[in-house]
Amino acid sequence: MVTKIQRWSAFHRAKLGRLHSHPVRKKFSRLILGSLFVLVLVAASAPALAAGEAIKGRLFVTIEAEREPVAGVVIEVTRDGTAIGSDISAEDGRWQVPVPESGTYEVRLDPSTLPEGLALTDPNRQVLPAVTVAEGKTKVVLFPLGEGLTSSVSTYERVATLFVAGLKLGAVIALSAVGLSLIYAVTGLVNFAHAEMVTLGAVLAYYFHTSSAGPRWPLLVAGVPAILLGAAFGWAQDRALWRPLRVRGMGVISMMVVSIGLSFALRHIILVLFGGQRRLYRDFTGQSPLEILGIPVVPKHIVTIIVAILVLGAVGLFLQKTKVGTALRAVSDDPDLSESSGINVNRVISLTWILAGGLAALGGAFFAANEAVQWDMGFRLLLLIFAAVVLGGLGTAYGAMLGGFVVGITVEMSTLFVASELKAAVGLALLIVMLLVRPQGLLGQRERIG
Amino acid sequence: MDFTLILRDGFLAMIGPVTAAYAISAISLNLQFGYTGLLNFGQVSFMLAGAYGTAITVDLGGSLWLGIGVGILTAVLLGLLLGLPTLRLRSDYLAITTIAVAEVLRLVVRSSWAEPFTNGVFGIQGFASAFFDLNPFPGGETYGVGSWLVTGRRLWVMIVGWTLVMIFVFLTRRLIRSPWGRVLRAVREDEDATSSLGKDVFGYKLQSLMLGGAIGAVSGILLAVEQQNVTPDAYLPNVTFILYVVVILGGAGTILGPVIGALVFQFLFFTFDALMASAQSDVDVVANLLSPAQAGQIKMVLVGIGLMVLMIYRPQGLAGDPSEVSLDAR
Repeated sequence: MVTKIQRWSAFHRAKLGRLHSHPVRKKFSRLILGSLFVLVLVAASAPALAAGEAIKGRLFVTIEAEREPVAGVVIEVTRDGTAIGSDISAEDGRWQVPVPESGTYEVRLDPSTLPEGLALTDPNRQVLPAVTVAEGKTKVVLFPLGEGLTSSVSTYERVATLFVAGLKLGAVIALSAVGLSLIYAVTGLVNFAHAEMVTLGAVLAYYFHTSSAGPRWPLLVAGVPAILLGAAFGWAQDRALWRPLRVRGMGVISMMVVSIGLSFALRHIILVLFGGQRRLYRDFTGQSPLEILGIPVVPKHIVTIIVAILVLGAVGLFLQKTKVGTALRAVSDDPDLSESSGINVNRVISLTWILAGGLAALGGAFFAANEAVQWDMGFRLLLLIFAAVVLGGLGTAYGAMLGGFVVGITVEMSTLFVASELKAAVGLALLIVMLLVRPQGLLGQRERIG
Repeated sequence: MDFTLILRDGFLAMIGPVTAAYAISAISLNLQFGYTGLLNFGQVSFMLAGAYGTAITVDLGGSLWLGIGVGILTAVLLGLLLGLPTLRLRSDYLAITTIAVAEVLRLVVRSSWAEPFTNGVFGIQGFASAFFDLNPFPGGETYGVGSWLVTGRRLWVMIVGWTLVMIFVFLTRRLIRSPWGRVLRAVREDEDATSSLGKDVFGYKLQSLMLGGAIGAVSGILLAVEQQNVTPDAYLPNVTFILYVVVILGGAGTILGPVIGALVFQFLFFTFDALMASAQSDVDVVANLLSPAQAGQIKMVLVGIGLMVLMIYRPQGLAGDPSEVSLDAR
């Protein structure tokens, strides 16, 4: 990253040397005569290398009617949420990302890599969600850019921005992970189908909020039935499937394999009903960021983080202060002893599933509001949820909360050092390392790991 | 709707090279999961290691045969690295770790960081010409009866594939009936008891994981060679889940179970696929209800339901012995 900034700075100094002793941002903008924007040079006539499909462009700014290439800007291409490739604009401003086949891709310009003084004119166009590449063609795309507030890339800003992104991801993971961990605590089941409870929350909120077939309520209203139905689904899942299996005396490992089948089936049912494409909520997409403590923060991210912390705090209070919460902890310690001391274990288990279903649905809705709804979104999150749960200690509610935030922050902050398409791998590496050094997790007890 | 054509599609898929590769991978998984009780949910990573080890070696200028050796060695090494830290953990931890390692491998292979070797999301193509140069059947010719035909190229891969299946079936048979195999089953049934007999439980588990890894690598190589193509996104966790369906369907902890499972699974899977595709195009009710894409996705729902139903009602599968299935033994 440093080298990119340095590279651009060289150009910056050559062109604007006399301004260098002044605060760059304001002076720079005054210099610009024409509208300052970065364009992508149309070069459709040039055939792509080896007839492979690609997306490309050329970034430059117009300064005093002269086009100056902008180097060192990161362009990322993804498809259905998975990274396809990225490129850094070269000295001549050119970038090109080959793609494996024709189809629709998402192209994103990483604004934090723009040189100081440059930014997107329209922050909502930072991501071009549907770039269609035709068979054998190179697609050229435009990024309408200009001067902006959020252009400088000091180390502080970069670190702080990633930290907020990590908190946001951590909030989603923690919300989803608590339920998984509690279910493990009371029943011993590692439930792979938890992923689909996350997806279900997002899809239900989509139905009540955005879908033309639904009532099209505002997202904040639509979230309520989504969470309630998510909780109901958790309860129903336990009553219809897991309780009968417990009664039959099925072991927890066999039940885990059943949950993999359930996860597989539910995921593809959602695929059949919802389709394979990424869909966005109507509300809160393309929010313009506020400047907080010198960094740009999108309001919905703050809401996600605050609501998640409040909800997790409430779960903590519920576990510590209420009678039912105490019963839940007792069952997680020793179901037989709890039963013999008069706790209705089945009711506690039902309640845990209701709680887990609701929390997972909430996590899913937040996840989708911050990114997009997709049929396998929960499954893509599942391994990070596992990482959080194992990191904190399998079966501990607070461990899952802590683990969620640790994993979220680690994953996002890791992009300081590794390519962004590897950030999920960093989260999983954290899981593996944790199992090596402290398998019981941060807050777990030794005897739990068997 | 022509049911003969539907059955033909299912049958030709069932005897095809992909089924042979699945059978080999299932044999490998059966050794680890069926006989040793290891809940390896990263089976696909061994296939990836084998396939990429081969493709990268050829890409760097090695011969295909050297590549196959490198691929198998890579998978054995992966088994060692995977097993050392995780085999002392309880089985659900092992499951989570192995699936995580498999995903990390896939993400690394497809990343721009590894691109100089793996070519990222595009993968590596055309590395197996040496294998097809040995093909005694003219590639353009077709063999079979009526419209039940396979090309010479496919026939060559099928013959090699099913020969490998037979070799591995006999190998498993010999191993399982040896003292070594009896210890494996003892580990599955009761680790503590086996340990108290002076057996190195950890060592046996590790050997099982590594040997299984080598066999898994062979299946990955076979698939990659057949398609002359490796791409990272062919190695999603779903492959492992499907292999579990195959093993449990056929019967975990039996010699022939994985092969029977692979044959039956592939036949049902592709017959159903052809049935849905043909119903979607020919039957108005279905066409109104489902798009072609949806008609193709329903089979995956059934795979999931199939795994649940099998686990709940018939964990020993088609050919299994209930006493050989003890997932929850200590």
